[in-house]
Amino acid sequence: MRILVGMSGGVDSSVAAALLAEEGHEVVGVTMRLWGGDSDTGCCSVADVDDARRVAQQLGLDHVVFNFSDDFDERVVSPYVEAHSRGITPNPCIECNRHLKFDRLSERARVLGFDAVATGHHARLERDAEGRPRLARGADRDKDQSYVVHMVDAEELERTVFPIGHLSKAEVRDHARRLGLRTADKPDSQDVCFITSTGGRERFLGDRIPLRSAPVVDTEGRQLGEVPSVELVTIGQRRGLGLPGGGPLRYVVDVVAEPEPVVVVGDGADLMRGSVEVDSFSWVDGAVVGEVRAQVSAHGPAQRARCVATDESGVIRIDWEEPQRRVAPGQSVVLYDLEDRWVLGGGVARR
Amino acid sequence: MDGLLYLDHAASTPMRPAAVEAMTPFLTDCFANPSGSHRFARTARRAVDEAREQVAAVLGVLPGEVIFTGCGTESDNQAVTGSVAQRGGLAVTSAVEHHAVLDPVLASGGVAVGVDATGHVDLEELAQVVRSSDAVSVVSVMTVNNEVGTVTDMAAVAEVVRREAPGAWLHTDAVQAACWIDLREVTPLVDMLSLSAHKFGGPKGVGVLVARSGASPAPIIRGGGQERERRSGTSNVAGIVATAVALAETDAERGAEAARVGALRARLVQSISSSVDAHETVPGSACVPGVVHLCFEGIENEALLFLLDTEGVCASAASACASGAMEPSHVLAAMGVPRGIAGGALRLSLGHTSTEEEVDAAARAVVSSVARLRGAG
Repeated sequence: MRILVGMSGGVDSSVAAALLAEEGHEVVGVTMRLWGGDSDTGCCSVADVDDARRVAQQLGLDHVVFNFSDDFDERVVSPYVEAHSRGITPNPCIECNRHLKFDRLSERARVLGFDAVATGHHARLERDAEGRPRLARGADRDKDQSYVVHMVDAEELERTVFPIGHLSKAEVRDHARRLGLRTADKPDSQDVCFITSTGGRERFLGDRIPLRSAPVVDTEGRQLGEVPSVELVTIGQRRGLGLPGGGPLRYVVDVVAEPEPVVVVGDGADLMRGSVEVDSFSWVDGAVVGEVRAQVSAHGPAQRARCVATDESGVIRIDWEEPQRRVAPGQSVVLYDLEDRWVLGGGVARR
Repeated sequence: MDGLLYLDHAASTPMRPAAVEAMTPFLTDCFANPSGSHRFARTARRAVDEAREQVAAVLGVLPGEVIFTGCGTESDNQAVTGSVAQRGGLAVTSAVEHHAVLDPVLASGGVAVGVDATGHVDLEELAQVVRSSDAVSVVSVMTVNNEVGTVTDMAAVAEVVRREAPGAWLHTDAVQAACWIDLREVTPLVDMLSLSAHKFGGPKGVGVLVARSGASPAPIIRGGGQERERRSGTSNVAGIVATAVALAETDAERGAEAARVGALRARLVQSISSSVDAHETVPGSACVPGVVHLCFEGIENEALLFLLDTEGVCASAASACASGAMEPSHVLAAMGVPRGIAGGALRLSLGHTSTEEEVDAAARAVVSSVARLRGAG
């Protein structure tokens, strides 16, 4: 096959490209230039592009850079900023996958005559009994990224390759060392690429929108404290709220941006909800309603639970079997089959 | 370059064999530092002196007015930054300059004047800008645009500058002009002029800055005081020797080459635009023979360049940033080309090794790639 491999400059995509080349595919590496501003690896992440290019050179692959920065600004960064201004907690990496990797890039690849796009995500393509493509969790459950690629539907899956999805992270690094790739010991990237570790979300958002202070109140409306910027507060958060210590654990249970910003805190029980509504929903291979499992990866470790999904004219209503912590609006809710193997679809939690 | 169709001469043109031959002894046997005081050094010194005279003769200036630098960008930077450092005042340029001029001008707080749809600087706006400033340090307008090939009427620019700001130094970035324009006709009009050797068959790593009497931009590299205290650093003897040979050869062949390459240019434009819909950004009458700039509406130039690359065609679009990504063209934006059309820009540039067969094969590749991308859309 003729495969275009997205190479970020990290170890996963380096090994993905290497394995495809070893299998004899005709492979071209591409690094997308997405963010033109500051990042932790320099303007336009030049150091990462250098890593990707040097790995491609070492593997004897052509390497190109595509400039999708306009699309990234429009489809990822602007919505990210706008969502925060409304008290919503977006997941820009998922929007980047949706609009850039598995739309803009895959379309470009199709136009240029490639059979498939490959990425270094920890996810797998499996087939069901009828031979239909299924999006499965990566073999390394700690590194599984099926959640962030849930928008890849069956049609797209037929043109997508996840060459390292069957490997553990340790095996990926072993391959990189075996091949002598310079990215073998490069640390995993953890954070949003356009947020620097020095400036953080606060500076990024503060440069773009006014950050407003907000009173922190309990569920009865009594003021307990104040936060400097309501835009940086997320549902479920319990630190950095400026509350005196020693009392009972308090969580943010609601963030109100308009008309006057307010942060509402409560105890663990106040955070629990019986259901969540999800929109912008995309199914991998048609709607699957009824009893399923859902995964939410907002603040902290992934939250997985059984639920019943109901399609209410496009909005998917998730009724939890047991009450769950409230899903912050803007976070993705991804549905899996009951065996927790295959992604069925996913969308974005509504307010 | 077996199997390659090289249509990127404006990025870099192959070295002339005579230049390679001339420089080789100075990379091997005659390696001495020409600033030394022994006989070995004097051999190297003589080669640099002779090269300087050869370059001066082609440019119609005095040898003492020729400064060898490390690249065209350095020459441009010294002309702008060095002038502002030397005498203060405003730096003024056109909006379509190479970044080597534009960036130092803007960094010094200078002004970029607009251009018309063909890329010619707006002379009225230029007059207005320099007239309304108390002190203009330097005006810099390129002789030939690197992206679209537009030739500036330097006499008209000089007339405006001398009339409206008699004290200003006039600099021209002639990096893309050397192959096509007799620079003896340009140097009398200006105070400073920049060249880059690898654009005319010399090596990379050598630039020329002409600073005519009266124009004394401050050095931007200080040290051992080479180049009469105007540009320190050990002379790149081999590169300088090769530069002089390449420039002299280019000059001797210029008339015939301009006619030959001009015919190739016309042939290339004709064979592409008769088969696919294309906008010729600057017509041949306003453009150097070596540059064809086309815009293909509805096409993304990254995709087009990729397909051309797979066909072995070396071409370019706009300039690339440090990551290697294509940047939207500031030249086309200044010319008022809508972004949707500018996104399908392609520069095919010709030079001393271009042939009819090469041009025909490249035209076929462009036509088939454009048709394929339009079909796939």
